[in-house]
Amino acid sequence: MYDFTALIGSITNLLNETFSPFWAGLIMMVSLGVALLLFYAVLGLYLVYAERKICARMQNRMGPNRVGPLGIFQTIADLIKLLLKELIYIKNADNFLFNIAPFIVIVASIMAIGSIPFAKGLQAIDLNIGVLYILAISSMGVIGILLAGWASNSKYSVIGAMRSGAQVISYELSVGLALLCIITYAGSMQFSEIIASQQDGWWLFKGHIPAFIAFVIYLISGTAETNRGPFDLAEAESELTAGFHTEYSGIKFAFFFLAEYMNMFIIAAIATTMFLGGWLPFHLFQWHGFNRVMDFIPPVFWFFGKTAFIIYVMMWFKWTFPRLRIDQLLALEWKYLLPINLMNLILIAFLTLMQWHF
Amino acid sequence: MAFLKTIKEVGHYFYEIYDGAASLVRGMKVTGSYFVRPSSIVTQQYPENRATLKMFDSFKGELMLIHDENNKHSCNVCNTCARKCPNGSIEIIYKKVEGADGRSKKILDKYIHHLETCSFCGLCVPSCDELALKFDQKFELAVFDRSKLTKVLNKPGSSSKAMKE
Amino acid sequence: MEETLLDIDMQEKEEYIINMGPQHPSTHGVLRFETCLQGEKVKYLIPHCGYIHRGIEKMCEHLTYPQIIHLTDRMDYLSAHINNEAVALCIENAMQVEVSDRVKYIRTIFAELTRIASHQLWWCAFGMDLGALTTFFYGLRDREKILDIFEETTGSRLTQSFNTPGGLMSDIHPNFQKRIKEFITYFRKKLPEYDQLLTGNIIFRERTKGIGMMTKEMAIDYGVTGPSGRGSGFHCDIRKIAPYSAYPFIKFNEITLTEGDTYSRYLVRIAEMWESLNILEQLVDNIPQGSTMLELKVIKAPKGEFYQRVETARGELGVYIVSDGGPSPARIKFRTPNFSNLFVINKLAAGHKIADLVAISGSLDLVIPDIDR
Ligand code: SF4
Ligand code: SF4
Repeated sequence: MYDFTALIGSITNLLNETFSPFWAGLIMMVSLGVALLLFYAVLGLYLVYAERKICARMQNRMGPNRVGPLGIFQTIADLIKLLLKELIYIKNADNFLFNIAPFIVIVASIMAIGSIPFAKGLQAIDLNIGVLYILAISSMGVIGILLAGWASNSKYSVIGAMRSGAQVISYELSVGLALLCIITYAGSMQFSEIIASQQDGWWLFKGHIPAFIAFVIYLISGTAETNRGPFDLAEAESELTAGFHTEYSGIKFAFFFLAEYMNMFIIAAIATTMFLGGWLPFHLFQWHGFNRVMDFIPPVFWFFGKTAFIIYVMMWFKWTFPRLRIDQLLALEWKYLLPINLMNLILIAFLTLMQWHF
Repeated sequence: MAFLKTIKEVGHYFYEIYDGAASLVRGMKVTGSYFVRPSSIVTQQYPENRATLKMFDSFKGELMLIHDENNKHSCNVCNTCARKCPNGSIEIIYKKVEGADGRSKKILDKYIHHLETCSFCGLCVPSCDELALKFDQKFELAVFDRSKLTKVLNKPGSSSKAMKE
Repeated sequence: MEETLLDIDMQEKEEYIINMGPQHPSTHGVLRFETCLQGEKVKYLIPHCGYIHRGIEKMCEHLTYPQIIHLTDRMDYLSAHINNEAVALCIENAMQVEVSDRVKYIRTIFAELTRIASHQLWWCAFGMDLGALTTFFYGLRDREKILDIFEETTGSRLTQSFNTPGGLMSDIHPNFQKRIKEFITYFRKKLPEYDQLLTGNIIFRERTKGIGMMTKEMAIDYGVTGPSGRGSGFHCDIRKIAPYSAYPFIKFNEITLTEGDTYSRYLVRIAEMWESLNILEQLVDNIPQGSTMLELKVIKAPKGEFYQRVETARGELGVYIVSDGGPSPARIKFRTPNFSNLFVINKLAAGHKIADLVAISGSLDLVIPDIDR
């Protein structure tokens, strides 16, 4: 019903007919890039707003409510403030790396967004190794963090960056293995096919307990990958003031800030796609009437609804738990998550082999 | 025996995971329960509630020299309050005038309160035997210029009750 | 001249030294830890204090006794009332006058409220040190209730200056008892929430158990008093050892734990909040009638030396007055709890991670203006 494939196809055809292939490709790329950038900025800002509202409610507060009704323009005002702020020049910093670091972080997350399927056909690029691509790209961000910490020539920043390096490298493993569970079930790395395989039920439900375990592990390690609380050791403000971005100001700081929220979105979007059926509506057994009603809701809403739920859970984590210590963080990964994950994977391989999933 | 011990340890490993997860869920229940109850919001919206925002009667705001409806205060320039003030925030400037009986009398010229050095200790008000002083309920004391914090407490044209008699 | 680590070590040993403070989120004030790190591990650290030294003791020499009170508010501002009480008691002892039972009861009620308020603030700041940001708002939310009680009677929320040698500045507000009873029921309901959110939390327990071990001997050597000392099994509650005000009239337990780690210091404070609620319950309905102020013509301590100690929310506060018989002290010395509690931190933190340093300094509950005075 809500299929974007035809629409996108006709636009492509139109472009191909009117322009030479080179120009058609260029126009497509540019418009896509602009659309993604806009989407990125707006979504990032509103995720910040959402987090501020949610944490306020959890803390018996009201949250931003001054700029615009219910404060909805608050983050835009903040962005303008950050744009106008002075970019502090640090004397003994490695200037080239210092300046390039925020861009690496933000580019990595923009690129990851490209392969996320928002609805049928509404996907910038449907790679046949989509999951691998996302994993590879999203782990690029840590290079930016490491560079930021190293180049600012500040002791706090270096500690923060080193923590972040250790953390992301460890948790990458768990994220990968948790996703591998679903890849094993689905038998494909292409997002569109993974979603297609969930036509008759989301993997979270039809994958038995192992899928649920994989989901929980993915949530934990995904939170850790985005350097968010309770895993925000890289920027632990009570220990390292602001960790790797201590020395950044103005828009460069805003880049780090936005990237953190967009990474959270990416993690949630992948969780949605892999475990919760992506843009597929929620179906209950053979209740056709109920299923028809669910079908009526456009897939984009389904996708964003599920993603918002997972983002909410991640925020809930952050605003409830104390921060872990670096050795506990690594112990959690290597002593608990990784062994469980490996066992889980073997179990899933066995289940898939015996065709025991629904 | 060794086997039993291993079983026990494995059991402990999983118990730890369960126990930890349960404790995390308990914590999330607290924050989650507040999230779904907007009525639990305790903050007040300050400039909006200015009209209804009332300080307690005993609130120690700005120092005030009490004037009655005839613009009269009851300070008789005994200087006790200035002496009691630990920070020297009170400065009393007086004039000497000829009283009705021919003796020279002190009358208040300016009662100066240096709000910038006042620590709101509350020693001055009870020290005044004439009950001439009290604390105002006003709480918005911030200003942009320090000189504005030096206040003259007796209103222009006011006179002392004692003078009349 | 003071030798700093920076001078001696940086060039020779190339050690990794970072300054925690004087502007740092975890030091809760202008305190500076010069910390020598090896990777994430703290090798040793030197606390530097004095950034907020105001010379309160010297200032007191030029003030009359009633005027001194308002300066003591500004030492440990979270135990303002108890500091006031210490000075007032010391002067009353020197003058050999005894205040009425009403004053004693009201003072004790205020002191216990202060203790709860202080522990609430400590709880929320401690949670924040460990990264649990929501605790901060819950603690402050509940503390507001106490501050309202204070404000209604004394007119101030934090620096009340409610005591004066010979009694109290004013009588209590008619609502006083009602509000306290409301608070007791309210806070009895909220305290379990503190446990659910932080005490039981696995991350919190892992972060605090076995961290910053302080033996009883260490506590005694360094003079660590208050909940920090009692967490190591050091019986140092002045309310029990040398009861003052209304403490002789009531039953309460001194809370001590023997583990001596950060977690036990935490538990002591949580238990003290419960205990203070019990004390309040015993006192609030039994405030005797009487005057709240002795008629003292002049307030002058006789020639001699006088010492009075009280239990603030952070430990033993001693007031030592040397008087030459005049209206102001010839010399005054405050034995403040935080000053003694601070310097054990080097022993506690060495060998732990930098994140633990934050937890340990949080568990000592330092108030910096009290260290520097
Ligand atoms: S205000 Fe009262 S204490 Fe002060 S000088 Fe006047 S009469 Fe004396
Ligand atoms: S409140 Fe205290 S400091 Fe302020 S003027 Fe009165 S006596 Fe002086």
